[in-house]
Amino acid sequence: MADDAVAEQERMRSFQTAAMSHLDDVYTLARYLMRNTHDAEDAVQECYLRALRHFDSYRGPAMKPWLLAILRNVCNAEFARRRKEEVTDYAQDESLAEEMPMWQEPQASAEKMMVRLQDTATIKRLVAQLPEPFREAIVLREMNNLSYQEIAQAAGVPVGTVMSRLARARAMLRAAWNGAENATVRAGQTVASGTAS
Amino acid sequence: MKCDESEVMLHALIDGELDAGHARDVEAHVASCSGCGEKLAAFRTMHDIMSAAPLKETAPAHLRDRIEGLMAAAPTSRVVSMRQFMRPTRRSFLGGFALGSALSAAVAASLVFTVFRADQEQTIAEEVVSAHIRSLQAGHLMDVETSDQHTVKPWFNGRVDVAPPVVDLTAEGFTLLGGRLDYVDGEPVAAIVYQRRKHVINLFVAQHLGARHAHAIADSIQGYNVRHWSQDGLDLWAVSDIVGDELDEFVQKITSALRQSSRAS
Repeated sequence: MADDAVAEQERMRSFQTAAMSHLDDVYTLARYLMRNTHDAEDAVQECYLRALRHFDSYRGPAMKPWLLAILRNVCNAEFARRRKEEVTDYAQDESLAEEMPMWQEPQASAEKMMVRLQDTATIKRLVAQLPEPFREAIVLREMNNLSYQEIAQAAGVPVGTVMSRLARARAMLRAAWNGAENATVRAGQTVASGTAS
Repeated sequence: MKCDESEVMLHALIDGELDAGHARDVEAHVASCSGCGEKLAAFRTMHDIMSAAPLKETAPAHLRDRIEGLMAAAPTSRVVSMRQFMRPTRRSFLGGFALGSALSAAVAASLVFTVFRADQEQTIAEEVVSAHIRSLQAGHLMDVETSDQHTVKPWFNGRVDVAPPVVDLTAEGFTLLGGRLDYVDGEPVAAIVYQRRKHVINLFVAQHLGARHAHAIADSIQGYNVRHWSQDGLDLWAVSDIVGDELDEFVQKITSALRQSSRAS
């Protein structure tokens, strides 16, 4: 009996250590899903509470997608609750969203893309402006570094859906990226004479 | 391959999710289609920039403290099932196609192979670990028990369709115990058994056992460390309960021994 309790505690401790090692990943996804730090922190806390409650059903090896799936459920539950209460203030951070036309796919004539933009803050902003579920897909891939199968697991969708979402997400991001670059180029050209293509 | 198919698949190529055959198909299409070629180049650059940029957030210290506090206070009780978070089954993967994503039927059909490959890789990893655990039960470890590599190697003749590499690594701290015929994914595979201190390492070798990986892929299943890599047209899986670093060392020794023997022949 005592041995069981000790073993159980040991298991709990190693579970906790493993879960804590993914805190930055969980927080990163929470930031992109909730769009502000305060809500993100609440979601992360709730995620870890649930993970603790259910740690017994956790079977390795993929702890990261498991935690991210819990976080996603926490966030979605929160959004559902807010929709019910018709509170929409979580959109406050979206003031930036209309800054550039990013919902349209790149035009055939504009296929040639010069990706030179390397500013981290701008990349984060462009990703934050993507609509769901494409934002989630790109964050899970590029920031949480999950494989397709793990993304499927975390998001609860088939791998085929992950692939089409990623393709869409990157196409949108690319269009927005081009827009941001052109804006930068135009700003630079107010002095030099135009050679825009 | 058509452009609409390539449009989805080139992302899988960038993300390293395609097996060699599909990767070749996409590359062949992209080489002959300037539109898709430009897309691949652009998306790859975008992916590279994103990979290099410090996009991951760091959880603030006060949040970390708060959660560590929660964990310290948590009771160690057993409750409820959250199976729905576990690995989706193959049925659920394939079922999803019927629901219709933005993909055409043709694209979806080709994706099934990709999906199947990834899923199969996981299945094989689990089977390899099961085979390892099975081998640890009394009397199951070896069919041919000898530390002589020249006895183990010929024993496999006619039993499996590969000539598995049997190298003696005793000097490096990995003792050769013997060999065994095992079955993974319904196929006979050679299992070569090594020992490190009290720990058993099973090296499974077959012609095709999962996707091809030039460099060892690390995984951990049910507490066992797993390494999978491909070399000289063979798929090799090393499984053991020794720590990851030591298993990496083992993989590296086998890899270089194999390289030497293929250079000699």
